[in-house]
Amino acid sequence: MIKAEWFYWLVGAVFVVMALQMLRDTTNPKRYGTAAFWGLLGVCFVYSTWVVDKSAPAQPLGVAVLVIAALAGFGRTGRGTAEGTPPERREAFAARYGNKLFIPALCIPVVAVLCSVLVKHWSVGGTPILEKDSETLLGLGIGSLVALAVGMVLLHERRVSVPVHAGRSMLESMGWALVLPQMLAILGAIFATAGVGTQIGRITEHLLPDGQTYTAVIVYCVGMALFTVIMGNAFAAFPVMTAAVGWPVLILHAHGNPAAVLAVGMLSGFCGTLLTPMAANFNLIPAALLELKDTYGPIKAQAPTAVAMLGCNIAIMCLFAF
Amino acid sequence: MLVLLGVLVVVLGFATKRNALLVVAVSGIVTAGIDGQSPNEILTTFGTNFASSRSVTVFVITLPVIGLLERYGLREQGRALISRLARLTTGRLLALYLLLRQVTAAFGLMSIGGPAQTVRPLIAPMAEGAAERKYGSLPDRVRERIRSLAASADNVGAFFGEDIFLAVGSILLITGFVNATYHTHLEPLKLALWAIPSAVCALFIHGGRLLYQDRLLARELQSVKSAATTSEEAGA
Repeated sequence: MIKAEWFYWLVGAVFVVMALQMLRDTTNPKRYGTAAFWGLLGVCFVYSTWVVDKSAPAQPLGVAVLVIAALAGFGRTGRGTAEGTPPERREAFAARYGNKLFIPALCIPVVAVLCSVLVKHWSVGGTPILEKDSETLLGLGIGSLVALAVGMVLLHERRVSVPVHAGRSMLESMGWALVLPQMLAILGAIFATAGVGTQIGRITEHLLPDGQTYTAVIVYCVGMALFTVIMGNAFAAFPVMTAAVGWPVLILHAHGNPAAVLAVGMLSGFCGTLLTPMAANFNLIPAALLELKDTYGPIKAQAPTAVAMLGCNIAIMCLFAF
Repeated sequence: MLVLLGVLVVVLGFATKRNALLVVAVSGIVTAGIDGQSPNEILTTFGTNFASSRSVTVFVITLPVIGLLERYGLREQGRALISRLARLTTGRLLALYLLLRQVTAAFGLMSIGGPAQTVRPLIAPMAEGAAERKYGSLPDRVRERIRSLAASADNVGAFFGEDIFLAVGSILLITGFVNATYHTHLEPLKLALWAIPSAVCALFIHGGRLLYQDRLLARELQSVKSAATTSEEAGA
């Protein structure tokens, strides 16, 4: 059986190898800090395996995560000046290989889909080939490896260091924003145990007069969007706002249809995700990948749609949930 | 009441433009501290939740092959390809991608798209290529806007498509949280069905905005083009 943890080890190994390349990159003025940041992240990915199955203590991992945050937070990370292929040579390569260049790129989704639809049901001697519930994740990993192999054969590229080097400069341009979603997941868990949701619920009880269902719908939807803007993630906002307004007011008190209230509530949170730089993986990373001068470019492009969709969600909940 | 200080830390850090990674970590420590966790427990919380959230970071594995293909001219080829597709304008191409992204996400095929997988190597260069074919070289301002819109089509399509698929993270989070906290039984399928009205709204609103870009581009760039070239035929 192919396990999800093996895939995490591979990702960890990729981080460590790239960190070693960064260490030797003299064009990066902060190469030691940068290498420490990514190297430590790679080690964390592997060590996590034993934290998940509870055979190793989680505290060292906690320390490492805080060190990673401190390295980025106090400006110890940077990037080198990548010596990429000059544009003329890329044009020449494009003319030579033509549409064949798309084949490896399309391998990733095709293999990922095959794994989550077809290979999912395959098993050898009773055990499934792919670990249960991780098929899509493993498909992404297998798809990327297949794509890399196909790409290297197709382009007659023998040096493995070339793709690693190319991937590293993309990694450096994303920087610490890559780790932010995981840090937000940690914060969400802490907020849930500390009862931030129940506190917000108490405040809204004072503010909301009895029996105003439609006002409560607006509070729930706008609250989901605002909290998502702050937390960067609708997943983190959902337990807070649902414990505060969604469940006690809209479902128990106003007898709303639970599926409609909660599904549309989550989608209201997604409107917030479209608006916030805290959702680094959706808004800041694309800006870096597309080499935009204005980091907020994607957010500006999304803002009118996000506001209109929040209005739609409120209307849908008011019309159909009660 | 005191636990809300953690939220305040995030808002203040955000407002004063501190490093977001550090702000979030500090807010976590503050909130857990107020909640009465010992330093040892706080470190355990950070460790276990890092370990269980690794799946959001694994798309990194696609970077080497995408980087390799780009060195061999993937983006240039994307531009070349669109230059041969005569009928697709920037707006129509992006609207078509929005629709494709929504439909594939609704079938659970989230990894088909994404900023690293499709937007940077394919969609953004194609959208730029379409505008270049019609108006010649683009001002930086317009180039930036087209790229931003390409990223927005990817996000809007993914967000308002994925919830129709019942095994997606957000649906599982809703059922997991509600069934565990309130001892009820909510079916993922019902939640997924309730995501459809919003998905249709998103397609019309954002798709309409993307199609409208063609008119905006025409208005902005027609004058630039007529000044620059005389021999070329005027666009339809």
